[in-house]
Amino acid sequence: MQGLTQATLEFVKQYWAPLVCGLAIVAVLPLIVGYVVLVERKLMADMQARLGPMRVGPHGLLQPIADAVKLLIKEDIIPDDADKLVFWLAPVLSVGAALLAMAGLAIGPAFQIAKDINIGILFVVGVSALGIFGIVLGGWASNSHYSLMGALRSSAQLVSYETAAGMALVCGLLFAGTLNITSIVQAQHEQGMWFGLLAPVAFFVYLVASIAETNRAPFDLPEAESELVAGYMTEFSGFRWSLYFLAEYTNMIVVASVATTLFLGGWLRPFPRTHWLDFIDFLPPLLLVAIGVYCLMRTPKQPARVQQLFMLAVAGLCFTVAVVLAAPVLLRTPFVNPSLASAAKPFYEGIHGGFWFIFKVSAYLYFFMWLRFTIPRYRFDQLMRLGWHFLIPLSIINVLLIGIAMIAGSYLHLEGGWLLLATIPASIIALIVALFILAMEQKSERQQAGGATPDPYA
Amino acid sequence: MLPIGHYLFLGLALFIIGVIGVVTRRNVIVVLMSIELILNAVNINLVAFSRLYGDVAGQVFALFIIADAAAEAAVGLGIIIAFFRNRETVLADEMDFLKW
Amino acid sequence: MPLRILMLDQVIFYFFAAIAVVSAILTVTRRNVVHSAIFLITALLATAGIFLQLRAEFLFIVQIILYVGGIMVLFVFVIMLVNLDVAVRQLQFARQKWVAMLISLALAAQVGLMLWSTGKMPGQGMPVLVAAPVDKLPPNSEAVARSLFETYLLPFEIASVLLLVAMIGAVVMAKKRA
Repeated sequence: MQGLTQATLEFVKQYWAPLVCGLAIVAVLPLIVGYVVLVERKLMADMQARLGPMRVGPHGLLQPIADAVKLLIKEDIIPDDADKLVFWLAPVLSVGAALLAMAGLAIGPAFQIAKDINIGILFVVGVSALGIFGIVLGGWASNSHYSLMGALRSSAQLVSYETAAGMALVCGLLFAGTLNITSIVQAQHEQGMWFGLLAPVAFFVYLVASIAETNRAPFDLPEAESELVAGYMTEFSGFRWSLYFLAEYTNMIVVASVATTLFLGGWLRPFPRTHWLDFIDFLPPLLLVAIGVYCLMRTPKQPARVQQLFMLAVAGLCFTVAVVLAAPVLLRTPFVNPSLASAAKPFYEGIHGGFWFIFKVSAYLYFFMWLRFTIPRYRFDQLMRLGWHFLIPLSIINVLLIGIAMIAGSYLHLEGGWLLLATIPASIIALIVALFILAMEQKSERQQAGGATPDPYA
Repeated sequence: MLPIGHYLFLGLALFIIGVIGVVTRRNVIVVLMSIELILNAVNINLVAFSRLYGDVAGQVFALFIIADAAAEAAVGLGIIIAFFRNRETVLADEMDFLKW
Repeated sequence: MPLRILMLDQVIFYFFAAIAVVSAILTVTRRNVVHSAIFLITALLATAGIFLQLRAEFLFIVQIILYVGGIMVLFVFVIMLVNLDVAVRQLQFARQKWVAMLISLALAAQVGLMLWSTGKMPGQGMPVLVAAPVDKLPPNSEAVARSLFETYLLPFEIASVLLLVAMIGAVVMAKKRA
């Protein structure tokens, strides 16, 4: 007994930080996801020339809280013949997989819950793939034909695009040489360039595959409102539905983080090693100062006093964050004592790293939302054809050619920016070959069947 | 690492449960799932010995077993689907068309 | 080795071992095939946990991606395709169940006795080999990759041909006759 208590104390002393971070993420993530949904609704409104939620709170900022309360107090309906164990388990599996995947991500060089996992990126990708069971079992447990069909379609789509996403990740990992997340970003620092610039086709394939992986438009046939009711989520109401929703948006954040880490430089600023571009370090504080000034300029135009105070508060917040961001950069300029500069380095990496990471993830999510409101959705057979006949050959050929390009690069001693000379032609050739394969196939299909209806289960 | 016996007994337990599943159940899908249990028991043994001897070959062998299990599950399930389409049954007792 | 690592190892092992054995028993005894599949998923996840406890990180994630995320998804798909409500109400166990179980338990007793008496058991001392301490282990993915692509390259290539053959075979078997 004595040994047990002593061991428990030692365990808590060693691992208290990851435990607290994990608990914090699980507690705070629903709130963050709620606000991501609000941002999506506001963006949707903006692209549709309207205002979006404006009633609840100033400019609709308390809308997520109202939504959360509504979902929590809704009646929990279970279909008649549904399998109660599996009905309970399915949303839990989805959310559990998504949240567990968040544990392997790194927001800055020091912000990581599970530090230094040998298999970093693979852990995140593999665990988030466990969410498929939440979908399939949820659709089956609902004891409804539409749910089951939606679930089977959704999981078939997820499985198809997982292969393409994996091969695209392999292509990025060819440059990194390791699966450890911190080492991948360090490799990008050494190359002086993001891997997304070195392997643009791989980034493009991962972008498209990740949209399909998270069931977002234009690949959201299984859960769109006008098709199949709501697919596998039809019979889940109230809190269970909110769990699925949370899982979907958490998956979006996880996928955006993986793409950011591997292709967009993680927490590095653009071109981290070219010193004549160091003025880019000043862009984050300047951006926030600009937002603060904009808020200040809009203050007199607000109708009510409380809204003016709110705008002033937002402006104050922006200026505070700008000061926090500017401090490490100013300390690193040559006008200051060098010892102070070296003391400020970890702060610079942590704070600016966090800013750039969140900025890139937000840009990725903005792209997701932009696509949702712009492009019509794919029919299911078109979706499967895109995955199997275009993306998978493209990503496999891309891996081959980028491998050849890297060998050529190491023979010619190309490094950093010069490696582009080898990889860009390889990417272009891969794209041309894959498009050629697709064109040949479409030609043969057109010659074969003169007008047969497409098989919806194909 | 715990003494090797712990892992060997765990492997034995999973193996025997898998064997009981294979020889006892009628539903061929459950039989296939029990075969997966058997393969997993073998994997546990291999990885435990790999850790004991410090040789990574045990883990590589377990990797090949996993790949092999995937192939076998795919083909086995394909056969089950084909059979089900013809005879509407998944019970092993009723798959007796080669009997005299 | 610090006490917390020893105790952590034991706690993790017993936790995952218990889940694995209980899930395995439930897999082979459930009437509903979907429940069997769910319990097999938990058994496989527990096995992955055992791999992690043995510091085989690459195998842990491969087990999750391939076995749980690939093979079990395939199983669940097929279960939904061939799900017969009639089958749930029929006999689940074959006629030979008692004899079969007896023979399996005899096998278990034999192997168990053999394992118990080799002297490498807990509580019987005489450990001839001691596993390497944790901090002296090489990074796992690199070690597996090196071994896979240097020593065992031929089996690797043969395994890829095997998977190709299995893929073609599965597609042919499951295709509808046009």
